Amino acid sequence: MKMKQPIAVATMMSSLLFLTACNEKEVATPTGIAPQQYTDSLFAVMNADRANYTKLIVQRLGPKGAGAIKPDEHWKDIENGALLPAQMFRAGSEEVAKVTDKFTYSLQSIWPINKQNAPKTPLEKEGLEYIAANPGKNFYGEEKLGDVTYYTAVYPDVAVSPACTSCHNEHKDTPKTDFKLGEVMGGVVIRVPL
Amino acid sequence: MKKIVWGIWLIATISLASYYGYKMFQSENKEALLIGDTSHGHFQIELACSSCHTSPFGGPEVIQDACTNCHAEELEESHDSHPKKKFTDPRNADLLEVIDARYCVSCHTEHKKEQTHSMGLTLPKDYCFHCHQDVGEERESHKDLAFDSCASSGCHNYHDNRALYEDFLVENHQGPWLKEIAQITEANAAAKLSAVFIPASQPGFEEKKTQHPDTHHAWATSIHAAANVDCAGCHSNSKQQWIEAPGIEQCQTCHNAEVETFTQGKHGMKLALGMTAISPSDSLMPFKNQSLAQHQSCSSCHDAHKPDRLFAAKDACLNCHNDEHSLAFDSSPHGQLFSKAIDGMIPAEETVSCATCHMPREKNLVNGKKVISVNHNQNYILRPNEKMIRPVCLQCHNLEFSIDALADEALIKSNFNGKPSIHVQSIDWAIKRIEE
Repeated sequence: MKMKQPIAVATMMSSLLFLTACNEKEVATPTGIAPQQYTDSLFAVMNADRANYTKLIVQRLGPKGAGAIKPDEHWKDIENGALLPAQMFRAGSEEVAKVTDKFTYSLQSIWPINKQNAPKTPLEKEGLEYIAANPGKNFYGEEKLGDVTYYTAVYPDVAVSPACTSCHNEHKDTPKTDFKLGEVMGGVVIRVPL
Repeated sequence: MKKIVWGIWLIATISLASYYGYKMFQSENKEALLIGDTSHGHFQIELACSSCHTSPFGGPEVIQDACTNCHAEELEESHDSHPKKKFTDPRNADLLEVIDARYCVSCHTEHKKEQTHSMGLTLPKDYCFHCHQDVGEERESHKDLAFDSCASSGCHNYHDNRALYEDFLVENHQGPWLKEIAQITEANAAAKLSAVFIPASQPGFEEKKTQHPDTHHAWATSIHAAANVDCAGCHSNSKQQWIEAPGIEQCQTCHNAEVETFTQGKHGMKLALGMTAISPSDSLMPFKNQSLAQHQSCSSCHDAHKPDRLFAAKDACLNCHNDEHSLAFDSSPHGQLFSKAIDGMIPAEETVSCATCHMPREKNLVNGKKVISVNHNQNYILRPNEKMIRPVCLQCHNLEFSIDALADEALIKSNFNGKPSIHVQSIDWAIKRIEE
């Protein structure tokens, strides 16, 4: 008599488990994306958007084209002012920062007009020097900032239009005055917290 | 013995807890809970704790939202040089360890009046140095400047550099100290938009006109009458019932921009929170005795039945304000121009009054129309006072003169009686860099 109760409970429990296990669908283990492919994809989008902005908006509607907009550093303060491509890029990263912290990106250079955009971390410096010395190649690495480890990718930022080189070469704050079309002017730094 | 001591402790705890509990949850007057005097900007609303402390939980974000609720628009308009978005990138984490520039309260802490500078700053004046230590390497002119002199008048401001950025200085450095033709634009917002707000049919309230013939006569020759704003325009509510003493909500139906800015400034910020309007007796500034009990609203400066803008522009102010700068106005060059306008010798657009500088005219686009409204936030233009340069000073003076004048504290006290005695070198350095 005394044994029947625990046996009954055990039977109920195991049949319950059996039934629920049978009804569960097979859950596929997530495969994940390699960090390099992730940042490469992000860069592809950023680069395409900015190149389009430069060629299709700035060149077409700016002073060298229709003259309808005035891309200028101080675009907020002039009539029909428009962002410079680098500012458009930066505005994008600020907008992204408002919705997610799963990745951040910024524009840096070893020849910056605004010194706050010079490389700050040792890895940034290494990356920017690498892409300047090895045209066509990207740089990937890991660094620890604060108490978070980041996967950091540095992509070359190439002068795609004469507007890029002429403005930078003539700007009164530029440390380099001989940029040429197709040359690496700086780098896009994408960081993913691991 | 122990029982007595325990008894005393229990009674003391319960009474203190009830007192403060009552103060926090029930009482209207929460003065006992203030942990320190509030700053010059907020002392008027210091008893409206929930205007900033909107929720007991939520951390620094709650206070940040309280700041941005009132001040975000102004920062946006001033093309903030240090917006929060500049600091969210992890590469700036080391800078944020020194000063967490993502939050207003890092630099503008409340309830610490003993360490509060102008514009609510509670940091020592060398706060720029931590991030901009190497400025001397980039700018030869800055090499030997004092490390706490960055944010001085005419040089740099943490938020608003619209009149101070290098390219602006270079673009606008030319011109004589006083222009040939010096004029300010006429405010036209109510005139341009009135057709939208004035109802086609209004109740006449004819019996009121016969009961108050003097008031009716004053109104009949006023600009309100000329704009077809009858008694009902101010003295009635949405149900067309008679209101004996209209409040600012009635003025707001047509003069929205003015009321909105009025309630953002020191004259009306209590009204914005539903508190009784401020009167000079509540303030720490010097005021004339006869005005101490006057609670501020639209009708403090504008006689609603016969609005006189020249009166509102200077005499209304001097009715109350009794400080050195105000009392010096009449004998100053600006004041003497104003006397000429009162006598009709020069048009009103060519004169300068208190309102010219402290309540400047602003261009806005409303429904595609360019309207000019008067910014009634008399404090807006003072934080920092370089905000005055573009909408006001540059109408008549050149940039160099304006920057120097606003940096000369003695000159400000005398209400600009004379030429600036100091010279800020911003423009000279900017020009020098161009020439190199």
